[in-house]
Amino acid sequence: MSTTLLAIVMAISIVALLALIFGGILGFAAVRFKVEGNPIVDQINQLLPQTQCGQCSYPGCKPYAEAIANGEKINKCPPGGESTIQALADLLGVEPEPLDAEHGAEKAVPTVAFIREDECIGCTKCIQACPVDAILGAAKQMHTVIADECTGCDLCVEPCPVDCIDMIPVSTNISNWYWQAPTLGVELIASDRRARRAEAN
Amino acid sequence: MTQMIRLHDIHGGIHPAENKRQSTQTAIQVAPIPNELILPLHQHIGAAAIPCVNVGERVLKGQCIAHADGFVSVPLHAPTSGTIVDIEARPVPHASGLSETCMVLQCDGQDEWQAHPSLLEQKNVSLVEQLKPADILTFLAQSGIAGLGGAGFPTAIKLHTGNYPIDTLILNGAECEPYITADDMLMRERADEVVAGGEILLHVLQCARALIGVEDNKPEAIAALEQAVIDAHLSHKIQVVSIPTKYPSGGEKQLIQILTGKEVPSGGIPAHIGIVCQNVATASAIYRAVVHGEPLIHRITTLTGDACQQPSNWQVLLGTPIDYLLTLAGYQAQQPERVIMGGPMMGFALPHLQLPVIKTSNCILAPKAKELPLNEYATACIRCGQCTQVCPAELLPQQLYWFSKTQELDKVEQHNVFDCIECGACSYVCPSHIPLVQYYRFAKGAIREERAAQEKALRAKERFEQRLARQEQELAEKEAKRKARAEAAATAQKAKQADLAEPASAPASSVDDTLEKLNKQLAASQAAVQKTKEKLAAAQADPEQADKIPALEAALEKVTSKLKSIAMELAAAKKAAAASTTTTGDSDKGDPNSPERLRKKWETAQLRLQTAEQRLAEAMEQQLDTVSALQTGVEKQRERVNDALAAYQASQTETQSDVANSPDNHELEKKILAQQDRVAKAEERLTMARESGLDTVDALAMGLQKQRDKLAQLEQQRVASSTPEGV
Ligand code: SF4
Ligand code: SF4
Ligand code: SF4
Ligand code: SF4
Repeated sequence: MSTTLLAIVMAISIVALLALIFGGILGFAAVRFKVEGNPIVDQINQLLPQTQCGQCSYPGCKPYAEAIANGEKINKCPPGGESTIQALADLLGVEPEPLDAEHGAEKAVPTVAFIREDECIGCTKCIQACPVDAILGAAKQMHTVIADECTGCDLCVEPCPVDCIDMIPVSTNISNWYWQAPTLGVELIASDRRARRAEAN
Repeated sequence: MTQMIRLHDIHGGIHPAENKRQSTQTAIQVAPIPNELILPLHQHIGAAAIPCVNVGERVLKGQCIAHADGFVSVPLHAPTSGTIVDIEARPVPHASGLSETCMVLQCDGQDEWQAHPSLLEQKNVSLVEQLKPADILTFLAQSGIAGLGGAGFPTAIKLHTGNYPIDTLILNGAECEPYITADDMLMRERADEVVAGGEILLHVLQCARALIGVEDNKPEAIAALEQAVIDAHLSHKIQVVSIPTKYPSGGEKQLIQILTGKEVPSGGIPAHIGIVCQNVATASAIYRAVVHGEPLIHRITTLTGDACQQPSNWQVLLGTPIDYLLTLAGYQAQQPERVIMGGPMMGFALPHLQLPVIKTSNCILAPKAKELPLNEYATACIRCGQCTQVCPAELLPQQLYWFSKTQELDKVEQHNVFDCIECGACSYVCPSHIPLVQYYRFAKGAIREERAAQEKALRAKERFEQRLARQEQELAEKEAKRKARAEAAATAQKAKQADLAEPASAPASSVDDTLEKLNKQLAASQAAVQKTKEKLAAAQADPEQADKIPALEAALEKVTSKLKSIAMELAAAKKAAAASTTTTGDSDKGDPNSPERLRKKWETAQLRLQTAEQRLAEAMEQQLDTVSALQTGVEKQRERVNDALAAYQASQTETQSDVANSPDNHELEKKILAQQDRVAKAEERLTMARESGLDTVDALAMGLQKQRDKLAQLEQQRVASSTPEGV
């Protein structure tokens, strides 16, 4: 009788002790390996194109990332386009949806802003509009765009009172050109080849 | 000299038809000077050079016409004398077929050198050993020397090995690609230059041993080099090594592995394992620069292919147009025309022939259609694995192909696509004729582009966040300033009050309290004035107290001024109180569409229009170019005025219809307005009286009080009359 009791008491105390130890370890781990910030928001933000154009109706990519983390739709970013939607869908484990046309269409080619400098009246409106501080200038002075920093968000075009800002496609030069994937005539079976050749002749 | 080192084998490799015999039948010929040279500013890896002469300027042979832009860049020199006639975008020999800025030199045929002292002469020494390695490096950079083997990497940078000690210099004379014989002919005819260049390189690198690796299909070159080494008494340092012929043994990493058995780590450079590798043609150019003071202005180029009647090697000036060169080799135009820059394995087809020879152009291949048929149509990959067997970089070409095709770029990268040397061995053996290398080039480019985009996005994110932080800070600063001002004002007010009020009195909690207190103070002060006046009068009447008069007068002044200040404060407090009652009492204030507000809007809009018009007039007078902008501004403003007027009128009719419904209300409103006017006037009068005279103050204060009461009554009436209507 007493031995059974002793065994029960022993078992309980051992389990309690174990619980305490593991609780301690868990508590320590929680403090020691605490993750700063909201990791999912950062991960989503990482996938967004950082154009900061506001087309998603949020004032920048980070706010949209926060909204997505809170259940907003993932198809509202035109600059990111289908590839960003796909990446977001993969990250969040949801179905990708086509881009919401209400927020605009994906640009065919990336663009940068260009100020026709002799027409600029130096009103500084574009500077105030640029989300990434990519425009240089001062009141009543000519303004210019730092092309390398411009995200092509279009936000400076509208405020310009004399309409001297153009969005021009990013030029291809020898430094950023690269080969395109072959497209011609791949994936034919061997017997098709003769027909092709006959066609060509 | 016999071989004393053990050779190693590389993985894979192929043995394509060599086709080298055709172009080695004649000696190197010097190409005549064409009429015009086209000199791209970007003939090397790194930043494009920056022109340092103007259009129209005459330049001499060897004169620097464009200087290096930063560390990773090389300058450009005039290959002959003449006039710079243009600096403009012209098509350059590049796989993209794009145009880049070129300097166009109109040659005058006199080939007049500018003074070009060699480094030995400049430093006044007779032997290369007496030169400082750092001086040689600077001189090589100034001489515009970039790797002549194919990639065009700035030589001075490649020789900057930093902290890595170099134990072996390798001179690459393998020249494994079919058709190309430029290095072969150079080694045969100018072996002494190659060896002398090797000696300079050994000195620069402070290295003891050099190996010249040459494929065994070039016995004449090997013999010439060995003789040159013996002649130069360098047998203890420089060794010529014959290596088995196999494509691509001339790849830098492959040659290093063959000669030393060491492998360059993935993503690393040869210097990491104590080796520097230079092309034999580069060694010769280094010799010509250091010992003869000649910058890099010409190179040896192979003109070959069955479409050339006399395949041969030519020493050509940089910038010589390719069509001009091809006529020298008896080129017969083909249908369809297909000319390749480089060899058949790694070269690219030129879009047309009006392109110049640049520092990296080692061969121009003009084949006949049968000789080098265009790619067959590709069929599906049969997973035969032949590509894997021949890949010298030991990659898995078919895996790379699948992932490149489906654009799974991360997987392509994981499969080390960046270790692919684009040798083309895999495409060569592929039984399905898949253009494998093109896929890898595409994948590499796409990955690089993605990396650049990511980097840019990261920068954009940072800049965006910095901007937000800055804006926040600016707001906070403004807020802090505003607070500080408010606080300063409050403390000043308090100090004043503490001055005036009895020390025991608690600070006023409401407007009414303040008013009351001030009123009391005013009364007390008035009494004090009265008393002092009486005393003064008494003193003036009594000659005995005459000596007290000045003191009393001073006291009177003091109390009067105190009275004045209290009176002013009181007036201010009353105004504030009145304002607060009107804000709470006036229901119109909160409504942005009240006629009052609309009228104000209209008026301000009119004012703005006036100023805008003024400015426009001024601008027109001074004929500034802002006129058009201002004009649009004025028009916009005018529209706004019209809008505001329309809105005001609309609200007016509304109010009138309201008024028609309740004439009493309207009357009352009018009365209240009039009463408010009266109150304001009375207040003004009171303050004026307090400031100047003192006697009428009491009467005026009484009058004001009365007017106020009336106003309050009227307002109550209004509230009473409007409530039942509203319900
Ligand atoms: S729409 Fe513009 S602001 Fe919104 S996430 Fe996309 S790039 Fe960023
Ligand atoms: S908004 Fe237009 S006019 Fe004003 S500073 Fe910018 S570019 Fe110049
Ligand atoms: S091209 Fe690249 S993958 Fe193909 S064999 Fe050469 S190194 Fe290997
Ligand atoms: S050689 Fe061609 S067919 Fe064979 S595995 Fe490689 S890619 Fe596929």
